[in-house]
Order: sequence, then structure tokens, then C-alpha cells
Amino acid sequence: MRQDKIIQWILMGVALTAIGALALIAIFIFKEGLPLIFRVGFSDFFLSSQWRPGQGQFGIFPMIVGSLVVTAGAMVIGLVFGLGCAIVLTEFAPRRLATFVKPAIELLAGIPSVVYGFMGVVILVPIIRQYLGGPGLSMLAASIILGIMVLPTVTSISVDALRAVPRSYREGAIALGATRWQTTRMVVLKAARSGLVTAFILGMGRAVGETMAVIMVAGNSLALPRSILDSVRTLTSNIALEMGYATGEHRQALFATGVTLFIIIMILNSIALTVSRQRAQKVPKV
Amino acid sequence: MRLSPALRQKAVVTGLWTLAALTVAVLLFIVVYVLAKGLPHVTWNFLTDRPREMGKAGGILPMIVGTLAVTALAVLIAAPVGVVTAIFLTEYTREGKLTAVIRFGADCLAGIPSIIFGLFGFVFFAITLKMGLSILAGGLTLAIMVLPTIIRTSEEAIRAVPAAYREVSLGLGATRWQTVTNVVLRSALPGISTGIVLSIGRSVSETAALILTAGSALRMPQSLMESSRTLSVHFYILSREGISMDNAYATAAILIVAILLINIAAYWLMSRFIAKAS
Repeated sequence: MRQDKIIQWILMGVALTAIGALALIAIFIFKEGLPLIFRVGFSDFFLSSQWRPGQGQFGIFPMIVGSLVVTAGAMVIGLVFGLGCAIVLTEFAPRRLATFVKPAIELLAGIPSVVYGFMGVVILVPIIRQYLGGPGLSMLAASIILGIMVLPTVTSISVDALRAVPRSYREGAIALGATRWQTTRMVVLKAARSGLVTAFILGMGRAVGETMAVIMVAGNSLALPRSILDSVRTLTSNIALEMGYATGEHRQALFATGVTLFIIIMILNSIALTVSRQRAQKVPKV
Repeated sequence: MRLSPALRQKAVVTGLWTLAALTVAVLLFIVVYVLAKGLPHVTWNFLTDRPREMGKAGGILPMIVGTLAVTALAVLIAAPVGVVTAIFLTEYTREGKLTAVIRFGADCLAGIPSIIFGLFGFVFFAITLKMGLSILAGGLTLAIMVLPTIIRTSEEAIRAVPAAYREVSLGLGATRWQTVTNVVLRSALPGISTGIVLSIGRSVSETAALILTAGSALRMPQSLMESSRTLSVHFYILSREGISMDNAYATAAILIVAILLINIAAYWLMSRFIAKAS
């Protein structure tokens, strides 16, 4: 029994790595970025559209807007297509097809984001420029590319969540005379809710945080975007584009951009976590 | 007009199949397009030569080595830590404040953008711990990045092991630790390896965090303390700066082939293991 206790303590120590790393990340990013936000002032940092590092102006409002809109667009695509795929694979496709297609889709999550970005540049951007106008490098392009990028993540985790719903739930609904679709909509999707929310969180995390693909297709303009065809710079791109040569106050401003991103992510995560927990409690465990 | 449930089912299912087919088609198109454009430029010389003229000519050997080193380092650190965390969460503690905190940590880490990991790795590993832009700094940063994936998948895999397995093992007089290592982990292994495969894929494809932590040196790395450009970073620089489209496509093709091979190997190992265990 004593050995057991020792093992338990060791395991606990290792298990604290994740939260420890999170704390360390928060401390270092905030330590580098927060002083600048206080020095510049909240409104001149968060609500100003003037980003001129040479003159000590660090307004990131357009980038906040850019990040939020691009992510929202991506999640619409990712959710509709990803969830659609997952439902087909678990509920309607022949089993053999599903066992083949799911790994194939998972594999696509591994394709580097730079490759997706590059495909956006060579194929999607010219199409948008030609048929919809504008520079082509735009919020729309970024949303579509990010939407495609989050598909494998959303699909794969949703499939797992749907598969985890016990067969007996489905059988019960079917026996009551529901069609397969009614069963899916009223029983399976509800029972799998918390898993689906997880899929959404991870997909959203990937979209908000994606950097390289967005840099390549979004155009990176500093102006506040007026339409989805306008060029836009996201918070992530701002950091990656300028970190290479930034020094002093400019570098602190990039860390402050990181602080903003960090806070947005934490808020989104907390909302999603609470929602998934509440819903998990509502669905009766059988 | 109200559609009958049967008709509505038909409409919805047709729609869903279209969505799914479209998804698979787009994803397949990307793979096929890159391979078709890139593979013709992949030669033996390209794989075994060092880059010349900033990557306009020559090959990508140093980037292959750099990618392998960074990925191996990341997974070798993250896999044991992640699996142990999952064991602790599922087998060695009751649900309570502590597990909530650990899970919160993992969930939040999973949502943090790679560029933030890059910023952190840069200021913590590269500057504060004086590792500089190096394979070591890049690998450590990636290890933290993939940790939540491994924790989450391992935890799910371990939870999926039927309680009866544990009861039988404990009933036969095995200790908790023996039960975990001999019974639980063994049947959870396929799920755990899926998480590790996903992590390898993420490490190989990561770009933003690595530019800031491992740098973009073109020379062959001689030690873990040297900067090295990974394949993804190399591809980004080649295509973004328009250095060489042919070499960019070729590098992308190699990345995609590598990820295909990693996954196929893992699935093969997994099925072999399942066959052995049963």
C-alpha cells in the first residue's frame, strides 16, 4: 500500500505539468506585454485603429475585429461541413466506408497549415479576385481556408462523440417509430452534445490561433475592414509578421497583442467549458 | 407545407451526403494537387543535398534532419508526461478540485494558439533559459503544445477500458499499478497511439511556433543547441518570398508524403497490436 501511495504522488506531480505550463505561459506573456498596455492606455491600445510602431502608436482594434470575423466565418463552414460529415459517417454511411474515411480525414488534420495557406493563394484568392472583386487576399479567403482547415478536427472529434452514444439509445428511438434522422436529431445529437461542444472548442481554437495560413491569404492590411472582401490583419498575423525585426517597445506591443489573444481564447474556452458541463449534467446518464 | 418524416429524412440525408462528399473532395483535391505539382521535382539529389542560393537550388537534407529532431524531442517529452497525466486522472484519483484544475489546464493549453506558444518559447526557453533559437527550444515548446492532445486521447482511451478488466486483475491479487500497466494501458494502447500520431503530425506541420523558437538557419544542425529550419518553415519561406515555386511544391509534397507514412505506420502498428492482444 505504501508503494501505491508513492506512485500516486509521483503521478500527481507529473499530472500538474499541464496546469504548470499554462501558468508559466500566462506569467511570461503577461509580464512582457501588460506593462505596455498600461503605458499606452486601454482605449489607445484596444480601441484605436492606429498601429504605427515607429511613432509609439499601438492600436489593435482592426486586428481584434479581423480575428473575430475570420474565426466566425471559419466556424460556420467548419461546423456545417464537419458535423454533416460526422453524422453521415456514424449514422448513415455503411460501416466499411466509415472505417476507411475517418482515418483519411484525420490524416488531413496533419497537413501543415502553410500548405492550406499556399493552396488558398494559388487557387482560392485568384477566384475571389476574379468573380467577387477586391484584392482577393481577404477576410473571405481567410474564413474559407480556415474553415477547410478545421474540418478534419471538427469531423474527427464529432465522430468520436457520436460513436460514444450507446446503441441502445438509437434502438430505443427507432423502436418508438422514429425515423433514422429523427433519432439522430432528437436522441443522438443531444446525447453527444458535450462531445460536440468539445469538437467545436478545439476547432475554434485552431481557427482563432491559426497564423501562417491567415498571413498568406488575408492580405494583412492595417485598416479596419469594411466588407468581407477587404484585406485584414488578425492578432496572430500581427505577431508573426513583425516579431522577426521588432525590438524594445514594439516587441512589447507584440507581446501585448499576444496578451489580447490569450484573453480572448480564455474567455471563449471558459464559455465553452461551462456550456459543455451544464449540458452534460442535463443529459441523464443511463 | 409539412413534409412527412420519411420525406424529410430523405431530404436531410441527401443534403448531408452532399456535404460529406464535398468535404472529402476538397481535402482530396488539396492532397492530389500538391503531390502532382511537387513529386516531379523530388529527386534523390533534392533529398540528400543541402540547400543552395537560399533554397532556390540544391536540396532539403538539413530541414529533414531538423524536422525529425524537433518532432522526436517533442513527442519523447510529451508522450510520457501526457500518458502519466491521463493515468493519474482516471486511475489514481477521485473526481474533485484537483482533477478539475488539471483538466482545466489541459483544456486551456489545447486552445492556446501556436503563435502564443511561439512567443512563450522565445522569451522563456530561448531568452530566459538561454537556449537561443535552437532545436531544443523548439522541441520543448512543441512538447507543451501537443501535451493536451496526448492527455485527452489517452484519458478517453483509458476510460473506455471496461471496469470488469480492472476488477478481474485486482481480484487476482494484482496491485493497482500492475493493473494499470498490465491490463489498462494494454487495452488502451490503440487509443493512446492515436493521440501520439496526431501529435507527431502536429509537430511536423507546425510553423508559427517554430519560426520564433527554432529559427530558420539553413545549415545542417550539429547539436540540439543549434537553430534549424524545419520542412514547414522552409516551405513557408520558399513560397512566401517566391524563392522557388518548384522547390516549394516539392517540399510540400514531401511533407504530405511524410504525414501519410507516419499515419499508415501507426495504423499498421495499432492493428498488429490489437491482433496480438486478442
